[in-house]
Amino acid sequence: MTSMLPRTEVATLDVRTIRADFPVLSRKTASGKTVVYLDNAATSQKPRQVLDAMRTVYEEHNANIHRGVYEFSERTTAAFEGARERVARFINAPEPREVIFVRNATEGVNLVAYAWGRDNIKSGDRIVTSVLEHHSNFVPWQQLAAETGATIAVVGIDEDGRLDRDQLRAELRKGAKLLALTHTSNGLGTINPVREIVAEAKASGATVLVDAAQSVPHLPVDVADIGCDFLVFSGHKMLAPPGSGVVWGRASLLLKMRPFLYGGDMISRVAIDTTTWNELPWKFEAGTSAYVDAIGLGAAVDYLQGVGLEAIHRHELALTGYLLPKLLATDGVVVYGPKDLADRVGVVSFNIEGIHPHDVATIFDSEGVCVRAGHHCNQPLMNRLGTAATTRASFYLYNTFEECDALIAAIGTAKRVFKI
Amino acid sequence: MDDMYRDYILDHYKNPRNFGELDGATHTYHDTNPLCGDEITMFLLVDDHDTVKDVRFTGRGCAISQASASILTEEVKGKSLEELRTIDREHVLQNLGITVSPARVKCALLSLKALKGSAWGLTEWPGEQSTGTGTA
Repeated sequence: MTSMLPRTEVATLDVRTIRADFPVLSRKTASGKTVVYLDNAATSQKPRQVLDAMRTVYEEHNANIHRGVYEFSERTTAAFEGARERVARFINAPEPREVIFVRNATEGVNLVAYAWGRDNIKSGDRIVTSVLEHHSNFVPWQQLAAETGATIAVVGIDEDGRLDRDQLRAELRKGAKLLALTHTSNGLGTINPVREIVAEAKASGATVLVDAAQSVPHLPVDVADIGCDFLVFSGHKMLAPPGSGVVWGRASLLLKMRPFLYGGDMISRVAIDTTTWNELPWKFEAGTSAYVDAIGLGAAVDYLQGVGLEAIHRHELALTGYLLPKLLATDGVVVYGPKDLADRVGVVSFNIEGIHPHDVATIFDSEGVCVRAGHHCNQPLMNRLGTAATTRASFYLYNTFEECDALIAAIGTAKRVFKI
Repeated sequence: MDDMYRDYILDHYKNPRNFGELDGATHTYHDTNPLCGDEITMFLLVDDHDTVKDVRFTGRGCAISQASASILTEEVKGKSLEELRTIDREHVLQNLGITVSPARVKCALLSLKALKGSAWGLTEWPGEQSTGTGTA
């Protein structure tokens, strides 16, 4: 990733124009503060373009997809499959049929753990993952291991929150059936060099799943370049509605996998004693899909590509480069994760000594500043960091330097309230 | 916000009363709030007449959870187990003396949950439903 960093405070994006697309960003809190939304790693706000795309379906041609032999159904189906093609191009998937719509990244990991894992992970097999994983890319594997008699190896991090590559290589040398690794850490903002890591893992014979829930919204992500076998992400973190998520998988693997859910739409032919499965991707899309949400995801992809993922990444790094030194220079503030901007995204985790993150977030809230406080679904990581919880600010394309200043000011407020 | 973090709340947070383990405790109960990782362990020394002779707590977490525990321990000493069991959430929130925002009610009530657990030996008790958001 780029480490050519904008050092100036000049906005690298036309943020004013971008913000005008997000009605919620101009709302005020009950206490009259303009909202400073810095919880984008949890979920993103939605631009009018996405809301309009979804409203168009409902108001102009809503009908169930893949069913009706009438115009509305055909138009909705075309919009849904068009969204799939957009997503496929967005992540450079070789084929649109490799893009499976699910509710979110969590469901995506569970799909792979069930439909691939239960036929491929056997007793004594080794699953390698890392301490940086969100629970969604850890608990499914932990449970699969418990069911199958496989073992899990958890690769650690250094003091700056970077993956221990030597330990990872050692684990891979011992033989691994699966490497399940996050692209970027939702707790610390670390970017894992997945291209290099996947090459090492593939050379050792492992199948590789990349959790890209925190990277696809913020960085150019190219599945062909990364070289993994599965990649999952959530739409709601990338301007699309909750209910839209993606599993990308290699067609050669998906074709051999059993279905995840059984029911309507995923079948080819049903007889009393046997059923044959539909083709990809519909084999994995049982029941009525959240098709309007998926169409919203297609519109979000258009929006993000219109701005440019490189530009978004640079903007978030500029914000991070502005905030980090201010945080590090603030008495009593402890920053977790990489302290420089190399291989990093705009997720900043910190604590104020003497104030629990929950109290920090409550006081920030009184200033209109929305941050996440807690373990971020990262309890193994919190244990590694020796803290129960952190306060986390996470940026997106619409955030501003003024909002960083508001966060720093809110730290001052918190310290005053706690008489620190 | 200023309403929540009053001086006496911060005082209980920074100088918790009855803090520490209790040797010879007859009743012990540990509880956590998975939302923020708050932890409270309640220790009771109950005599043969079901009276609380001594109480201590240990824990870590936000100001609201720890101050609430500190304040709660101050009132239970000398009470009977039966009286402990009648303490309800409204009582605890009123005793706390602040308006707790909806997202933080669980923090304020963690100590009550631990106290009830120790007094009753139950994880859930009649008439008390867990509230608030609990997602990770």
